[in-house]
Amino acid sequence: MTNNLYQIAQERILILDGAMGTMIQRYQLQEEDFRGNVFKDHAFPLKGNNDLLSITRPDIIKEIHRQYFEAGADIVETNTFSGTTIAQADYHLEDAVYDINFQSAKIAREVADEITAKEPHKPRFVAGAIGPTNRTCSISPDVNDPGFRAVTFDQLVTAYYDQAKALIDGGVDILLIETIFDTLNAKAALFAVQSLFEDIGKEYPVSISGTITDASGRTLSGQTTEAFLISVSHVPLFSVGLNCALGAKELLPYLQILAKEAPFFVSAYPNAGLPNAFGGYDETPEQMAEATKEYLELGLINILGGCCGTTPEHIKCFAEVAKNYKPRKVVGQLSMVDSQ
Amino acid sequence: MEIDCNILKLSGLEPLLVTKESNFVNIGERTNVTGSKVFLKMIKEERFEDALAVAMDQVRGGAQILDVNMDEGMIDGEKAMVKFLNLIASEPEIARIPIMIDSSKWEIIEAGLKCVQGKSIVNSISLKGGEEEFIRQAKLIKKYGAATVVMAFDEAGQADSYERRIEICERSYRVLVEKVHFNPNDIIFDPNIFPVATGMEEHRNNAMDFFRATKWIRTNLKGAHVSGGVSNVSFSFRGNNAVREAMHSAFLYHAIKEGMDMGIVNPSMLEVYDDIDKKLLEHVEDVLLNRRDDATERLLEFAETVKGSSKKKEEDLSWRNQPVNERLKHALVKGIVDFIEADTEECRLQFDKPLSVIEGPLMDGMNVVGDLFGAGKMFLPQVVKSARVMKKSVAYLLPFIEASKEDNESNKNGKILLATVKGDVHDIGKNIVGVVLACNNFDIIDLGVMVPCDKILDTAEKENVDIIGLSGLITPSLDEMVFVAKEMKRRGMKQPLLIGGATTSKIHTAVKIEPCYNQATVHVLDASRSVPVASNLLNTSNKERFEEEIRAEYEMMRQRHLSKQVIKDYIPINEARKNKLQLDWANYTPPKPSFLGIKVFNDYDLAELRDYLDWTPFFSTWELHGKYPSILEDKIVGEEARKVFKDANLLLDRIIAEKMITANAVIGFFEANSHEDDIVLKDISNDATLTDKRKSVLHHLRQQNKKGEGLPNYCLSDFIAPKESGKQDYIGGFAVTSGIGIEKWIQYYQDTHDDYNKIMIAALADRLAEALAERMHERVRKEFWKYDTNENLSNEELIKEKYNGIRPAPGYPACPDHTEKPMLFKLLNAEENAGITLTESNAMYPASSVSGWYFSHPDSKYFGIGKIAKDQVEDYAKRKNMKTEDMERWLHSVLNYDV
Repeated sequence: MTNNLYQIAQERILILDGAMGTMIQRYQLQEEDFRGNVFKDHAFPLKGNNDLLSITRPDIIKEIHRQYFEAGADIVETNTFSGTTIAQADYHLEDAVYDINFQSAKIAREVADEITAKEPHKPRFVAGAIGPTNRTCSISPDVNDPGFRAVTFDQLVTAYYDQAKALIDGGVDILLIETIFDTLNAKAALFAVQSLFEDIGKEYPVSISGTITDASGRTLSGQTTEAFLISVSHVPLFSVGLNCALGAKELLPYLQILAKEAPFFVSAYPNAGLPNAFGGYDETPEQMAEATKEYLELGLINILGGCCGTTPEHIKCFAEVAKNYKPRKVVGQLSMVDSQ
Repeated sequence: MEIDCNILKLSGLEPLLVTKESNFVNIGERTNVTGSKVFLKMIKEERFEDALAVAMDQVRGGAQILDVNMDEGMIDGEKAMVKFLNLIASEPEIARIPIMIDSSKWEIIEAGLKCVQGKSIVNSISLKGGEEEFIRQAKLIKKYGAATVVMAFDEAGQADSYERRIEICERSYRVLVEKVHFNPNDIIFDPNIFPVATGMEEHRNNAMDFFRATKWIRTNLKGAHVSGGVSNVSFSFRGNNAVREAMHSAFLYHAIKEGMDMGIVNPSMLEVYDDIDKKLLEHVEDVLLNRRDDATERLLEFAETVKGSSKKKEEDLSWRNQPVNERLKHALVKGIVDFIEADTEECRLQFDKPLSVIEGPLMDGMNVVGDLFGAGKMFLPQVVKSARVMKKSVAYLLPFIEASKEDNESNKNGKILLATVKGDVHDIGKNIVGVVLACNNFDIIDLGVMVPCDKILDTAEKENVDIIGLSGLITPSLDEMVFVAKEMKRRGMKQPLLIGGATTSKIHTAVKIEPCYNQATVHVLDASRSVPVASNLLNTSNKERFEEEIRAEYEMMRQRHLSKQVIKDYIPINEARKNKLQLDWANYTPPKPSFLGIKVFNDYDLAELRDYLDWTPFFSTWELHGKYPSILEDKIVGEEARKVFKDANLLLDRIIAEKMITANAVIGFFEANSHEDDIVLKDISNDATLTDKRKSVLHHLRQQNKKGEGLPNYCLSDFIAPKESGKQDYIGGFAVTSGIGIEKWIQYYQDTHDDYNKIMIAALADRLAEALAERMHERVRKEFWKYDTNENLSNEELIKEKYNGIRPAPGYPACPDHTEKPMLFKLLNAEENAGITLTESNAMYPASSVSGWYFSHPDSKYFGIGKIAKDQVEDYAKRKNMKTEDMERWLHSVLNYDV
């Protein structure tokens, strides 16, 4: 399956899904939806803990995955953006982390297999989404104490290890460490998955996606795109890329840097423009497809998808445009899996 | 995209690439408790603010990597390391550069690795504790994503000889690369710098062993780098800074030559190599290079005499007695800012314009710095200091410059955007260019250093600038400039693009940058040239001509470059043929010459050729380089050029009047069509020797290097209509000489010991032959082939090959095979008709002769074949019915392989 993935990525542009949160909002779910039976007695409010829906409303999450696959996505991301003990601590649900990840992976796997069975010529894949957590390892949250850290590297390694293990147990094809605003967090995640692979004696494709937070072209923790790339290149990644925060047009110069330097596949899944005054996203599928077309014309990417504000309609547009273009050629890529 | 070999990639907030071109990467050492008592005290007393200031100083002083060491019994090293690294992370100016986590304790190293988001360096690990522990640590370093320093140390102890150094380094390397799968580029060896001149016999060769080991490592351990702590070497001379500074410099000078590419150096303990007292240097190098048995004794003795004369001492101020120009130079080379404003002011008063201070003494000083740096005799930290002095001086002058120029906004010459490209911090040259241009009434928008491409172009569009100027000093900037050029094209921009800075060159601009941008792209050598270039580009009446000239010049450079270049990527000849130049034959009718067969011109009127002379190569013959006619006004060679030009014209008068030499020409036109890479002539039945079918075929070679998209693999046959087109095409041939009768003159001048005129007449005959070829070609276009009857080109334009059609010569880049010449000569019967013979190596005699083919197609152009591969040579030999070995001998210079 995995080797297949490397091969397909060389042949055509892989389409990743769009936003999960935007889609969940469409269902206008209430507190009881989030609680379901399993967490009905939990002492703290759970509304907004989207990852939980994989357990309490798997029907909805599966439906969203299905919509993305049907729109043309090759890969969907599991509903696990906040599936670490660190992020779930906000809801006092550290103990639910294994189930969240395992169930999320399992249901995404089921939908992927269901569609693959229908369309065997176009196999579908599941990427286990590993979010950044809500703490930064190289920035102090306390302006008066710049040496202070709210989370340590070791704490992050433990949290990421647990999440990655449950995702793999649940059946994902890829681990996708995404929305990286602090490279040290990502390095902890990479450390964790390397340890996990050593422990289970098997390796999986690892993808990394950083986030450029503003027009300065740097991550939140201050790194330039090229410095970010150098900092995560010690692992033979499946892909490196950028997602979130900026719209498709704004992402272009930074993708050019990755396309120029990276010995891995390159991915991009921008937001549907910058958030408007109401926190919504305005770019239509057509507008976005037009902007991402520039990536394709310049041959910058191998994987294209959407982040905040994108929907199956966006993905459908991307897939239609992308099929007319060749993926970026990668020289000297080391596959973690092939080296086994 | 290509995968980088031998590049050590590091990062802080920004990338740091250690490449072959980076010369020497300087590691800041003051944030090390074992090396700095002051720093240790700060850490002990938990004065981290002060400790950060030390780090900041290092960065501002030019450190490219920051070494942090907290190994001290009295402090909690792990805690101090974490605290300090976390604090550094919150100081973007420091965190910009990569960290070297320096400790002899693994726990401290690992704690440090957990604090840095960039790719750092561990200093160090070694086989000291056995292979198992070494592997364990290396695996973890790899997992954390860091590079590592490896000490030449094993179970048996520290390497102290050349043999032990290479034995341990090789073993370490094998273990790392083969067992740990460590990236070889991430391995940095520290082959131990030990003190010399200790008086102990076994230390005599310490420095030499290091140099040799460095060379061995760089040659044999692919990808690995070499570093070291330099101050160790001078340990015996503690207290004598003059000797130590000299020794550090001399040591670095030799070590860098052998391949040491990074190191821990205290910039304030470094003398400029060329400024080391020659006597002292000799003594120091005697010791370092172990050149004589009594080297140590002699240096110790000599050291007594220089003791205390360290450069920081007051008595060093003798240079203050020199004239102000010299003082400015001294201050720049030595990086002394103390007196710069006073000196600048004094100098300003001596010149009529403040700008002259910059263009004169300051630039002179910076040129010295540049030369020393280029020769490896000055090191980056010193250069950074020099730059600081320069900036200070320029800053002082700026208000005066501003005040002195006529500041009339409405009367600006144009708006120019300047930027040092992304990844590059060097801006001295760019700033000078900005100053000089501003003084010439251009409006300057300076975006500073490390400017990303989109910022440059967005600003250019928003501000509607007239010209964009890119600057860069380091090699990777060249790629970035190419990238900017491509982006400008993609955006459909129209502004001329200026390229400048130390690593940039006309050839690189011509070969790599200009083709990426379809608008004017000009390399600007120095600040003084920026004004005429910018003026020309913005002057509506000159613009077009100027751009044309540049374009033609760059095209020629590209061709020359191509013919010289060793291109690594070749494609099979069959593929190259598929990528031939596709001309639209269906909509084209080849012009028919006014006659077929040959036409002879004997005793050609030399007076007619005088206007067709191309003088520039004539001056090159005399090793006077420059373009005619401007060379006559050249500041340096102008006077000499005027002299030789006058003599040449006197002799030319005589040659013409007295018919000292005779010129002949023969031309011919033949019906021809192309077949693959050959040009097949229609049966020439009146020549019995050509009945063999093969002999009516002209063979050509095809470019075989891998081309970018849309670029064909040229062959001259592409310019002739193929048989399948159904169109009858034609090819012309010519052979001209102006050397008939020259031998007796050469002999005459030789006999009268007049070497000057001997060279002169030969040089003039060469020029006349070229002029005759030029004139005949013109007549062919206008009178004989008549495809350009309306052509009206000046001699200058002719020299620039502005005409339609081409006249490539066998043995030259487009058709490098000399064995095609006999065929040409046979067709023209050149020996009888023009008096030119071919030697056994197919050289023409008299030497002042030119022969070649005429192609008429308007799209035909000069190109170089470049190098060709074996498959084509074999194919070509077969076509010509020659042995491959013989063909290889003839084509030796264009083969891409060794025979």
